[in-house]
Amino acid sequence: MFGPLICKPGSSKSNKTGPWRTESRPKFLKKDCIACNMCVLVCPESCISGQGKNTYDFDPNYCKGCGNCAAICPKKDITMVKEEGTQ
Amino acid sequence: MKELLEGSMAVAEVVRLCKPAVISAYPITPQTHIVEELARIVADGRMNAQFVNVESEHSAASVVLGAVATGVRAYTATSSQGLFYMSEVLYNIAGMRLPVIMTTAARSISAPINIWNDHQDVVSLRDSGWIQFHAEDIQEAVDLHLIAYRLGEDKSIMLPVMVCMDGFILTHGLETVDMPSPEQVDKFLPPYKAPYKLDVENPLTLGPLVDPEYYTEARYALNKTHEEALALIPKLAAEFAKVFGRTYNGLMEGYQLKDAEKVIVAMGSVCGTIKEVIDELRAKGKKVGLLKITSLRPFPANAIYDALKNTPKLAVIDRALSLGSFAPLSAEVKAVFFGKPKKPKNISSFVVGMGGRDITKDSIKEIFRLMNGKDKQAEFIDLKPELLKESYD
Repeated sequence: MFGPLICKPGSSKSNKTGPWRTESRPKFLKKDCIACNMCVLVCPESCISGQGKNTYDFDPNYCKGCGNCAAICPKKDITMVKEEGTQ
Repeated sequence: MKELLEGSMAVAEVVRLCKPAVISAYPITPQTHIVEELARIVADGRMNAQFVNVESEHSAASVVLGAVATGVRAYTATSSQGLFYMSEVLYNIAGMRLPVIMTTAARSISAPINIWNDHQDVVSLRDSGWIQFHAEDIQEAVDLHLIAYRLGEDKSIMLPVMVCMDGFILTHGLETVDMPSPEQVDKFLPPYKAPYKLDVENPLTLGPLVDPEYYTEARYALNKTHEEALALIPKLAAEFAKVFGRTYNGLMEGYQLKDAEKVIVAMGSVCGTIKEVIDELRAKGKKVGLLKITSLRPFPANAIYDALKNTPKLAVIDRALSLGSFAPLSAEVKAVFFGKPKKPKNISSFVVGMGGRDITKDSIKEIFRLMNGKDKQAEFIDLKPELLKESYD
């Protein structure tokens, strides 16, 4: 008899951990973006993607709202906003 | 072919015939001769295997874990402190359901340091999830390795198996052994086909973190598989008999049990001495017998019950201790009869042969004698009271 034994790859993708986010989420303003890619590089969840200027955005299914992207953005084109439903 | 062989050489030879792809071990007395010989066999090109030299038993166990996880057959061997150093990995090997086969040359444990034989090392690992066989003689040790590979690698079982042979007595003793031919081994033991393995083309994770939602079922399944192994072992032993011509039950062996009024339950090489004493006592008309336990895990409780339910007097020999409690094998044998309609009138428990102290025929006769009186609890045989004192002032 066998119980839980093996994990197929991709379990960190199938577990949507975005709901762990509690206070704030990034907002990509998409006005002054120069496509420097810094937000992608600093995201600890690898959940930011984009192709070219003013196309970058984050995936709310995995973002924890750490704010690294907003802090690194040289054009201040990302801001942190209150998470919906929080006060 | 029958050959006069040292136990370690016989085991190394049968392991060669089983064709593991990876062998990894760290030398420790009295296991050393086995892996030394295997290293020689590999170096001489008599075997297509990788012998991985490591810096410790923890690493040796980790290497064979990794090897079997990639879908190949592997082998290791150890003793005593080495077994304990492996122990963290051993629980993982069982939990990850990887059929590693290991020989343990059973030896005492420190402190005090002692390199001679008893069962304290292996019996301590009884709850690790490994199947645990105990050999009485060198021939049985050789044969149990073949059964171990078949059993462990069975798709329904997928468990590691430890073959325990008494250190020095069996590892360094010489015996005429009927060594199997390569053709016989190939007939009995097909190449290992792993139902799951690490493969870059088809990635998977073995031994992942599981939360309380999953852990219970993993352990439940492990325990259930030991029950399934109980049913499979005698079948494999019967298949073994067809190919090799030697008959085992695989779980246990009764000797002169029919009409026996006094029966000793024991494991390992001491059973040979007990059989000789039984022959002598039977010649004088004494109704005595032996129940040898081959498979400590899974523990054949029902088979033991059926074999001994009508025996008036039982004595269980332990060569190990569960310090602060009952002697371990005696506790399990007693548990077999709890709440059952039939049971022996007396079940006594004796501790004998610790750290290589000889178990002579007189020791066994003394046990048969002591079975006449009240039940004994972990009574030490051949104890030297003159070496004991109440305080060190």
